[in-house]
Amino acid sequence: MATAISPEFKTITINMGPQHPSTHGVLRLVIELDGETVVSLKPVIGYLHTGMEKTMESKNYHKSITVTDRMDYLSPLGNNMAYVGAVEKLMNLEIPERAQVLRVILLELTRISSHLVWLGTHAIDLGAMSVFLYCFREREKLLDVNDMIAGSRLTPSYFRVGGFFQDVPDAFVPHVSKFLDEFPIALGEYQNLLSKNRIWMKRTIGVGVLSPEHAIDLCVTGPTLRGSGVRYDVRKAQPYSGYETYDFEVPLGRNGDVYDRYLCRIEEMKQSLSIVRQGLDRLRPGTVRCDNPYLFPADRTDVKLNMEELIYHFKIMSEGYSAPPGDAYFGIESPKGELGFYVVSDGGPIPHRTRVRPPSLINLQALEDMCVGRMVADTVACIGSIDIVLGEVDR
Amino acid sequence: MGLEELVPDGILTTTVEKMVNWARRSSLWPATFGLACCAIEMMATSASRYDLARFGAEVFRASPRQADLMIVAGRVSKKMAPVLKRIYDQMPEPKWVISMGACASCGGIFNNYAIVQGVDTVVPVDVYVPGCPPRPEALIYGIMKLQEKIDNQRLKQPAPVAESEPPHIATETSSASA
Repeated sequence: MATAISPEFKTITINMGPQHPSTHGVLRLVIELDGETVVSLKPVIGYLHTGMEKTMESKNYHKSITVTDRMDYLSPLGNNMAYVGAVEKLMNLEIPERAQVLRVILLELTRISSHLVWLGTHAIDLGAMSVFLYCFREREKLLDVNDMIAGSRLTPSYFRVGGFFQDVPDAFVPHVSKFLDEFPIALGEYQNLLSKNRIWMKRTIGVGVLSPEHAIDLCVTGPTLRGSGVRYDVRKAQPYSGYETYDFEVPLGRNGDVYDRYLCRIEEMKQSLSIVRQGLDRLRPGTVRCDNPYLFPADRTDVKLNMEELIYHFKIMSEGYSAPPGDAYFGIESPKGELGFYVVSDGGPIPHRTRVRPPSLINLQALEDMCVGRMVADTVACIGSIDIVLGEVDR
Repeated sequence: MGLEELVPDGILTTTVEKMVNWARRSSLWPATFGLACCAIEMMATSASRYDLARFGAEVFRASPRQADLMIVAGRVSKKMAPVLKRIYDQMPEPKWVISMGACASCGGIFNNYAIVQGVDTVVPVDVYVPGCPPRPEALIYGIMKLQEKIDNQRLKQPAPVAESEPPHIATETSSASA
């Protein structure tokens, strides 16, 4: 920790991060302290800057899906959805019913797995070690789902422009149903460990209060906003992938403190379970690819037998598909908040510009307001409660 | 059987080198140096299902001064590289580095202005673990490879650096040939 004392010996400036276990990655905070009270706090970002938007300008639409996985790596399918949603809007595609239902199921499972990492790390920051182990026990089951559908635990890149490349395997539905039966019990365990825990309540209630007006002014979204009692959820406000047909509640907090945000996310996991259950009920056999032959590669046997198919295969593998000129913005409710992709096309197979609206970056603005005037130890609770992922903040 | 017959019960004979290497390999303390996606898999490795404690390497230390293994888990940006070097310098000898994942090993899919193309341009790397991100099994295998490497270290010589010895690459093929 580098320190600097102000000339009047009133305050002291300390540096927290970028290598610090409680900053959830490589966030660096420059904190000015008066004794142990935070006077000002400035996040210094960019330690994980990856140049993703620029990288996407040199890759075709299909290849960019892989890049989005690595952005908010706790909800890779959410990033996939926001990106392919923007491209689909640009290309004006109709997605088949089965693909839409599967997307909703997978997005909600991803939300749960993201919230589980948040809960585990948030609890470990505030001294509750065992919650982390329990959360990861459940999360492994969700990573098994990713493994099953895409062969990768963390970065599935499963969504495609126009639906899916292939359908889920037969074992998918039984596995998810089993998880739906087991998870409420596990969720009860987490709540038993934390919700009425005296230490947890002391560390979180009344800490990091964010008023609803201020939250709106700062463009904060997601559970960080809803913890302050503002009813805004992209799934309700601008439904996508058929969310308007599902029956679910948007949990709201009252006081806007760390504890309310915690309760919001716990309740969100329960709502996600209910959405997944409804999704499994309405899952009917059918195609998962939209009716556009230019989006998906040809069948392998046809490629070997038919010259036209071979040419087409070569074209799609080397060049990809093109989107009509224009631009499109598509936002989804990611576990962190509103995640949006803005894609500008000049008519070619490579996007002219891709811009991301990352919820973590914008929610991070609220950190200073939460922390100023409180103890330095509360900073750790506040960072955990806004649930930032530095991969998304810095991109 | 030789010398052991002459010493009393409960005493083993070995060389200092073997004993020191055994002690070092059996309690590797990694520094928490999670950068990106791979850090989540590193957390999963230390958590319930994969339980890195079985290999004596679960004590993740927040301070580099208490750690002897740096698992570079994730992409290293140009802004982060000096920080990484500084943290490596703060670790006491002997120390080892595992480069976890494609980004840390060679830049991965991000061949652009922002990402260091391989962390071995900044610090010497002992074991590269491929994958994007590597599965926890792969990271555990990388740690076992590092333990093998520590077993063969000589006390009198400095730890072999990346240039002088081809580093282990933890893959299925290298395990078959070993």
